[in-house]
Amino acid sequence: MASPPPLPSSTSVLSSASSLADSLFQRSLDDLIKSLRSDPSSEPSIIARSLSEIRREIRSSDPLTKSIALQKLTYLSSLHFHSMSFAAFHTLELLPSPSPQTKRLAYLAASLSFHPSTTELLPLATHQLHKDLTSLSTSSSSSSFPFLPSLPLHLLSLASSADLSSHLAPDLVPLLSRSSPLQPKAVAATYRVLSLCPSTVPVLFKPLVDCLSSDNPLTVSAAVGAFCELSAPPNDPAPYLPLAPEIYRVLVNSRSNWTLIKALKIFSRLVPLEPRLGTRIVEPLSKFLRESQAKSLVLECIKTVVSCLPTHTEAMRLAIDKIKELLSSDDDPNLRYLGLQTLGMLAPGHLWALEESREVVAQSLTDPDRSICHEALRVMMAMTLQENSIESCTLLVRQAAKSDPEFANEILDSVLTSCSKDFYELVVDFDWYVSLLGEMARIVHCTKGDEISRQLVDIGLRVRDARPELVRVARELLIDPSLLGNHFLYNVLSAAAWISGEYVEFSKDPMELVEALLQPRTSLLPTSARAVYIQSVLKVLTFSCNSYIDESSSLVNDTVIARMLSLIEMTVGPLAESEEAEVEDRVRNLLGVVRLVANIKDLSGDKDEDGMIYEVVRVMDALFSDEMGPVSANAQKKVSVPEDLDLKDNLADLSEFISDNDAAMSRSNPSILFYPQSYNASEEVEVGPTSVAESTSLKEHRKRHGLYYLSTDKETTEPELTEDYPRVNETLPPSNGDTTRRVKVTKLRPTVVKLDEGEDLATSSSLSTKVEAMKDDPLSGAIKDVLLGKKGNGASSSFDASSSSQGKGKDKVKEKEIKSKKGEEGESKDRHKGRRKHKHRKEPAPPVSVAQETPVIQDFLL
Amino acid sequence: MIRAVMVISTQGKPRLLKFYEFQPPEKQQEIVRYVYGALSERPENVSNFVDADSVFGQGTRLVYKHMATLYIVFAFDSSENELAMLDLIQVFVQTLDKCFKNVCELDVIFNFNKLHTILDEMILGGQVIETNSDQILKHVDDIARIEKSSSTTSLVPKSISARFGR
Repeated sequence: MASPPPLPSSTSVLSSASSLADSLFQRSLDDLIKSLRSDPSSEPSIIARSLSEIRREIRSSDPLTKSIALQKLTYLSSLHFHSMSFAAFHTLELLPSPSPQTKRLAYLAASLSFHPSTTELLPLATHQLHKDLTSLSTSSSSSSFPFLPSLPLHLLSLASSADLSSHLAPDLVPLLSRSSPLQPKAVAATYRVLSLCPSTVPVLFKPLVDCLSSDNPLTVSAAVGAFCELSAPPNDPAPYLPLAPEIYRVLVNSRSNWTLIKALKIFSRLVPLEPRLGTRIVEPLSKFLRESQAKSLVLECIKTVVSCLPTHTEAMRLAIDKIKELLSSDDDPNLRYLGLQTLGMLAPGHLWALEESREVVAQSLTDPDRSICHEALRVMMAMTLQENSIESCTLLVRQAAKSDPEFANEILDSVLTSCSKDFYELVVDFDWYVSLLGEMARIVHCTKGDEISRQLVDIGLRVRDARPELVRVARELLIDPSLLGNHFLYNVLSAAAWISGEYVEFSKDPMELVEALLQPRTSLLPTSARAVYIQSVLKVLTFSCNSYIDESSSLVNDTVIARMLSLIEMTVGPLAESEEAEVEDRVRNLLGVVRLVANIKDLSGDKDEDGMIYEVVRVMDALFSDEMGPVSANAQKKVSVPEDLDLKDNLADLSEFISDNDAAMSRSNPSILFYPQSYNASEEVEVGPTSVAESTSLKEHRKRHGLYYLSTDKETTEPELTEDYPRVNETLPPSNGDTTRRVKVTKLRPTVVKLDEGEDLATSSSLSTKVEAMKDDPLSGAIKDVLLGKKGNGASSSFDASSSSQGKGKDKVKEKEIKSKKGEEGESKDRHKGRRKHKHRKEPAPPVSVAQETPVIQDFLL
Repeated sequence: MIRAVMVISTQGKPRLLKFYEFQPPEKQQEIVRYVYGALSERPENVSNFVDADSVFGQGTRLVYKHMATLYIVFAFDSSENELAMLDLIQVFVQTLDKCFKNVCELDVIFNFNKLHTILDEMILGGQVIETNSDQILKHVDDIARIEKSSSTTSLVPKSISARFGR
């Protein structure tokens, strides 16, 4: 423990002299602020000088000097972000000061700078806090400074640790139970103590509950606020169910909008746990909705009704009317903002209400206020369904084209995310969606190229029917030279090039495609995209040659092939010396094929007699036309590790092999030539058998792991492969159980290939851990114990028991309601008496007394 | 709860900062910079709410009021009502106005401690404890009076070092 250095007597004279000089010439906080203001440019030097002054002054023995130094330091720390950790001990020294002013300064400094994470000195304050908290009851000075305990309350709520909280919790009890201006403050501090240190629940919870029925409206307000915080997510609200009658009483009796709002917030968390509460609160709620002049209260009522009383049609209608009122308040952007926000809460249960306000929402997208645009976008996405997705998304993308860059990308982001959700569940017409993707890519500020390109390829792999349109969109992107200058689009262009190559059979004009892929500005592309471009040229060329040989296409004839070959040779030729390995490799492949097929042309008269070249072209075309399928994210996991493969074995032994190989490589390197400069057909023919061999090994691979691929031919032999193409209507979960609307869709939605259920495995597991974490919350556990006397397993079990008796006739229920209403007044008086008695007890025994209250709740609920 | 109360000048200088969940100084500086950036680019006559998810966590928002050369900003989470927070800013401004007779930025700059006293009578640990500006003012005046009277009587205070030296 650090202790204050007792001043050695020999230096005390000196130090008192220097402290006298300090106090005579000390600059006050005002002086400091003035000097900072007079010369803003030299702020850092002024602050540095002041800090060194403060370091000296704060060690002074004169309390006034010390407190002024602390005051200046607090200011610099709070508004100029300088650490004041070095002064933690001096702050502690000043806490017991007899001067209220100094004490306040010290407490302010402590509450702004102390925290368990930054200071270890906090435990040293325990005694002083205890003294100040109990000053009213113990010392006679209380009359001179009645506000004293509020200082430690602030400190306790801002800078406390669990340890400090548990030590001081008993001191809060008298403050909580006596009606005074301090009571609301004590309540607010109690919430912080409870949440910091759940073990204080047995001491503090009962007095806190009692505050709900205090005569002081501020105390009630603070207590309702405290329970509102305690029941807030991520805490579990279930333990507070037994308090429903108390909160209901507040809801009916309170005149303060603040209190009512907090009470409603608590109910909005309790009603989902106990739906019968809804029937009780719906009446006061509707009254507020109809009559209250306070917009804040009306707003809270709307939120409560929308979020937890959707089955009460009358209240719901009222709330929706109020939302529309908010939306139409043209002069107040705040109300429109909140109107949009509450409107969004209506989805997905009351989409008709959203639909009715569609125009307002669409208009709000163009609002000058970013917050309103945000909410409008959120609402727009919430009301987007399969049947209106085309309308909504087209509108949004058009809006994005007109918006500022930031918002435009936000719009694109939400359109891309929601359309691709659950395997493009929203998308019925893929031709439309694919062309929308193309449109999005062309928006000037678009920075979502990565996601767009991912979806383009993904749709290509998953949706067979969308491929012709994909190829058309890809063509449009590729032939536009202006897009090549936009580095955000490189991935999109690369995807477009891949699509054009992979699905070249849908291309209308292969020659034009090759021209687009080889246009001069492609030199602007990064290596990775360039490589895809060249590989695509290879695919297009192979396809064209094959159809030339087969004479299957009218588009490909002698001249086209000749032009294509010369174009490729002319533009790609120079790249053979490219320094980029990826590009060079592919260029050389391509040139090899070009030189090979050039022979077809030469022999065009009587065609290639031994058919070798044809054979090569066919094999290559077959290779490329082998269909690629989507791969499940879990595919790798499903491949079992061979038993004899030891993955944990150290790889260090390999180093000698590697170095040997490396040496061999470097020795032979100069002589290695991947492509001989002189080319002739006979050399190239050798490629044929090897590539055939490759394709058979590929087939072998597919036979083994075919499960993870999209099937290639329609009459597939393996039965499980057909399951990869599920019929849409079988696998799609029914959206909102609304089948009538789906019938209207005239165009049949194409099949979207989905892989196994495990693709979103990760999210579901994280969800379950979250639920578990909620149940392990120590605070709610402690409160459950206190409220239910450790008997039941929690609120839910006791309510299950009560709900079994729900089968009584309606008349009986009404009878009971009336009874409980009549009994309310008398009951509450009785309770007051009981409580007063209770206060005289020294040790409150909450488990017993509160457990007795539980039957009351069941009456209330029935 | 209320996560923070900030008064920031239209030049981006913080004039009053109170965080109800501890933030180290560097983080405070970052927050002030972010908040100022978010507010200064907003045009006049738009709503007073801004999302603050990126600084104060999921579901938090800022409500602010632009007064002359100051932004008065409250950060709050889902346990508070938006319009009630807007009212609370009004209460705070009213109290300052009554306390300083037409408050201006200079009052805020030179009354660091008093501002904290006012705020502390209104909010404790992120919980609203008083919403009546007259009551707040009365408490603040009481405190000031007591402090004044005691400071005149204790011109010769007991030496603190003597108390600690024992």
